[in-house]
Amino acid sequence: MLEIAKVSKLFNPGTVDEKTALVGANLIMKPGDFITVIGSNGAGKSTLMNIISGVMKPDAGEVRIDGRNISQLTEYQRSRWIGRVFQDPMAGTAPRMSIEENLAIAYARGKSRGFSFGVTRAKRAIFKQELQRLGIGLENRLGAKVGLLSGGERQALSLLMATFTRPQILLLDEHTAALDPARAELITTLTESIVRDMNLTTLMVTHNMEQAIRLGNRLIMMDKGRIILDVPEDRKKDLTVEQLLGEFERISGKKLADDRIVLG
Amino acid sequence: MLASMQGAVESGLLYALMALGVYITFRILDFPDLTVDGSFTTGAAIGTVMTVSGITPWIAVLCAFIGGAIAGTCTGLLHTKGKINGLLSGIIMMIALYSINLRIMGKPNVSLMRQDNLFDNVSTIVIMIIFVVAVKIVLDLFFRTDLGLSLRATGDNSRMIRSFGANTDITTIFGIALSNALVATSGALVAQYQKYADNSMGIGMIVIGLASVIIGEAIFGARSIFRATLAVILGSIIYRIIYAFALRVEWLEASDMKLITAVIIIFALVVPSSRRLWKQKNLARKRTAEMLASIDKSTVGGGR
Repeated sequence: MLEIAKVSKLFNPGTVDEKTALVGANLIMKPGDFITVIGSNGAGKSTLMNIISGVMKPDAGEVRIDGRNISQLTEYQRSRWIGRVFQDPMAGTAPRMSIEENLAIAYARGKSRGFSFGVTRAKRAIFKQELQRLGIGLENRLGAKVGLLSGGERQALSLLMATFTRPQILLLDEHTAALDPARAELITTLTESIVRDMNLTTLMVTHNMEQAIRLGNRLIMMDKGRIILDVPEDRKKDLTVEQLLGEFERISGKKLADDRIVLG
Repeated sequence: MLASMQGAVESGLLYALMALGVYITFRILDFPDLTVDGSFTTGAAIGTVMTVSGITPWIAVLCAFIGGAIAGTCTGLLHTKGKINGLLSGIIMMIALYSINLRIMGKPNVSLMRQDNLFDNVSTIVIMIIFVVAVKIVLDLFFRTDLGLSLRATGDNSRMIRSFGANTDITTIFGIALSNALVATSGALVAQYQKYADNSMGIGMIVIGLASVIIGEAIFGARSIFRATLAVILGSIIYRIIYAFALRVEWLEASDMKLITAVIIIFALVVPSSRRLWKQKNLARKRTAEMLASIDKSTVGGGR
C-alpha cells in the first residue's frame, strides 16, 4: 500500500541551522494497517507526515503508493489518495463557508472541479447521513458557517471530510492534541469507529502514550529522523506505558523528551 | 437635482461591475489586487478603439472583458508562478498596463463622439439594471459550483483546499482574471457612457471599488454571497450619490473627491471595528462586576 523507502530530508542545508529531519527512513504499510507514531521533539514525525502528503519533497528516497512512485507529485495531486487531519482544528475547514459547502469541497476529492453545483439535493442527503455518524447534531445545521462551530465540532467535521471519500491513506497529525480532554476523547472514539468501519490504512502521530498503545495494530517510535522501534500487533496488545518509555531509553540511550507528552 | 440623482444612479450601475471585480479579489480571494487601476483603462481603451474602427459596440465591450481577463491572468501568473508578493504583482501590472493602454489608444484620449454607441436610443438606467442584475445572478450561481466553491476556499483556507486536491495556483489566477474582466467591462461601459476614453481614467479606481464594497457591506451586510454581491452593487450606487452631493457643496472642488473617498473608507473601516472593541470592553466589565458580586455574596454567606 504505502511504502517509504530510504527517505531523507534536510532543513536549511549549508547553514548553521542545518538540521536532519529524516535519515533514510523506511516504512511499509499494509492495507488496513493502523499505525500510531510516537517520538521525542524533533524526531521527524511531522516531517514524515509532510513528505507523505506532499507538502515537502524528500531530498533522497521515494514515497510509493501501490508501487507507484509519487515523490515528485504535488500535494494537490496526491490528495486523490491521501486524506489528512491537522492538529489545528482551524486548519481542516473553511470558516466562512457553510458546513454543506465544506463537505461539498471534500466530496469533490479526486474529481475535476467544474461548473456543476457543489451542493445538490442528492448530495445534501448524503451529507446528512454522514454527519449523523458523528452524533453531535451537525446534520441539523447544514447551512451554518463553520466558523461558528467549536474546536471539537470543527475537528469532528475535519475528520469526516478527510475520510468520507475513503482515501487510500489517512494521515492524522496529533489531531486531538489541541482539544480539551472530553473533546479529545470524542474525536478519538470517532477516529476508531471510522477507521474500523471503512478499513482505512491510517498513520497517526500522537503525544498520548496510552492512546498510542490502545489504538491501532502497530506502533512505531521515532528518534533523530529514524524509526527506531516497530511494535507488531501481538506485542502491542500487552504493552504498557512504562515498558514503552523503558524501551525508548534502552534504544536511544536517553529519556523520551517531549514537551507535550501525555502518559495517559 | 433630480437629473443629477439619475446620473448618480446610472454611474453607480456602470461602476458596479468594477466594484464586483474588486469584491472578488479583496473579499473572496483575500488578494489585494491593484491591477484594477490599469485594467479599467485597458477595458475602456479596447472598447473605444474597436468602436471607433466601426465594430458594433457590444462586441467591443465583450473584447474589453477578454482583455481584462488577460491582464488579470498576467497578475495571477506573476503572483503564483513568479512567487512575487501579491500587492507588488498588481502594481507591476498596473504600471505595465499604463504603457500598453497608450499603445492601444495611440494617444492619451480617444473620443466616441458621432460614433455608434451602446446607449443610443435606449434608457441607460434600464439596460444597466438588467445587465448588472444578470451579472450578479451569474456570479452568485458560479460561486455555488464546484469551481466556485474551491475559489472561495482558496481565499478562506488555502491549506485546506489543497489537501482536498484543488490547485490553488489555478483558482487564484482564475479569480484574478474574472475580477479584472469585470473591471475592464466596467471601463468599456463607462467610456461608452461618457463618450471618450482617457489614459488616466483608471487612476484611483481600486480605492473607489473598495469604498463601494465597504459602504455596501456596512449598510446591507454580507452574510451570504447573494447578499454580499447585492450590497456591493448598492454600495457603488450610494458612493455615486455621495459623490453627487459632495459636488454640490460650495466650498468643495471636484478635485477633492479622491480625498473624500479616502475619508469615507477610513470611517467605514475604523468605526465598525472600534465600536466592536468598545462593546466587548463594556460587556467584559459588566460580566466581571457580576462575577465579583456573586463571589462577595458567597463569602458573606459562607464566612464565619
